[in-house]
Amino acid sequence: MSITEFFIEVAGNYVATIGFGILLNIPRRALNYAGWIGVMGYFVYKFLVIWGGGYVIGNMLGAVLIGVASLQAARIKKMPMILFNIPALVPLVPGGQAYQMIKYFALGQNATAFVFLIQVVMISGAIAFGFLLSELVNRVQQRVWRHRR
Amino acid sequence: MSSQKKRDQLILHTALTAGRIMIENGSEVERVEDTMERIAHNAGAKTSQLFVMITGILMAINGEVGAQIEPVKRRTFDLEKISVVNDLSRQFAVHKITLQQFANQLDHLDKSTKYFSFWLQLLSAAMVSGPLEVVFRHNLPDFWITCVVGAIGWLVFYLLNKFIQIRFLSEFAAAATIGVLAIWSVHLGLGNSVDDIIIGSVMPLVPGVPITNSVRDILAGNLVSGPARGVEALVSAAAIGFGIAMVLQFL
Repeated sequence: MSITEFFIEVAGNYVATIGFGILLNIPRRALNYAGWIGVMGYFVYKFLVIWGGGYVIGNMLGAVLIGVASLQAARIKKMPMILFNIPALVPLVPGGQAYQMIKYFALGQNATAFVFLIQVVMISGAIAFGFLLSELVNRVQQRVWRHRR
Repeated sequence: MSSQKKRDQLILHTALTAGRIMIENGSEVERVEDTMERIAHNAGAKTSQLFVMITGILMAINGEVGAQIEPVKRRTFDLEKISVVNDLSRQFAVHKITLQQFANQLDHLDKSTKYFSFWLQLLSAAMVSGPLEVVFRHNLPDFWITCVVGAIGWLVFYLLNKFIQIRFLSEFAAAATIGVLAIWSVHLGLGNSVDDIIIGSVMPLVPGVPITNSVRDILAGNLVSGPARGVEALVSAAAIGFGIAMVLQFL
């Protein structure tokens, strides 16, 4: 990945996350944080794929980071957490694979379609599991936080 | 009617309205339960019993009034309202506003809709489509046409949703429009790849709120509301998929 590509991807993810936030009507003061969380989540995924971690682990850890970072943003801004994690999730959605699956089913090439179907199911499962793990991290952290005070 | 009874009635009304607004606009169930309990507690009710589902709320407090039901009929995504209810609840907790003010502001919030302006929403639909097409597919030449197709697709979704108010049908029609426009633009030489244009353009329609809430609800142990949201997300995804598939049949 060249340096130009890196910056294009940062800008693309940031703008796309904010755009999705506007479509869901999230308050203005949450937009910037949501955008950066989206960028971070995507790059955890991207770097894990580049370094050979595989797309399932990549999506899972990306979702974990989004969940944990969203809770921190929610604490700082004193706003609900879903304002941050819903838009930030959008760059991880397996849109490409889902489209290929639909296309090959429509064209009647079921064997190829099933390959993509399995990818879509794996990625969605990984993201869901990533959110589960982030919830675990958040709850442990809350316990520790409360304990210390 | 004694003043205590009036007060209990007001507590129930406030908590139920807050809960309904939050569910209507796409909050997860655990947050709704938490907020309603806090409202009742801060207003001075000794105990409160709640039953929150995605289609209705049941609440009782230990007082002179019986349990009340609040049905949830419509479902939109407007996360700003959730944030406002959250802020009001925080203000009420530190006694910045009284219960009566809280109730009035909720009623006002329920009636008003303060979305971003239409043109900004259209622009942001374009800004979701184009950049994500580049991020996913690395196809820079198709950036502009994807922005245009994505914006038109979202426009179809928006207009249909306004007039027929069946989300799934609007998604289906929008997806079909996107498919037709993508194929057409490649025919006319405006774009290079039908696949990439479609992948970017459907991104504004992704059911992000139901997916996220479904996972969080299931984790929190709401085994009725979580799968219900999951079905909502699945039907949305299927509607978009069928819209695209129908067009691709004629490729």
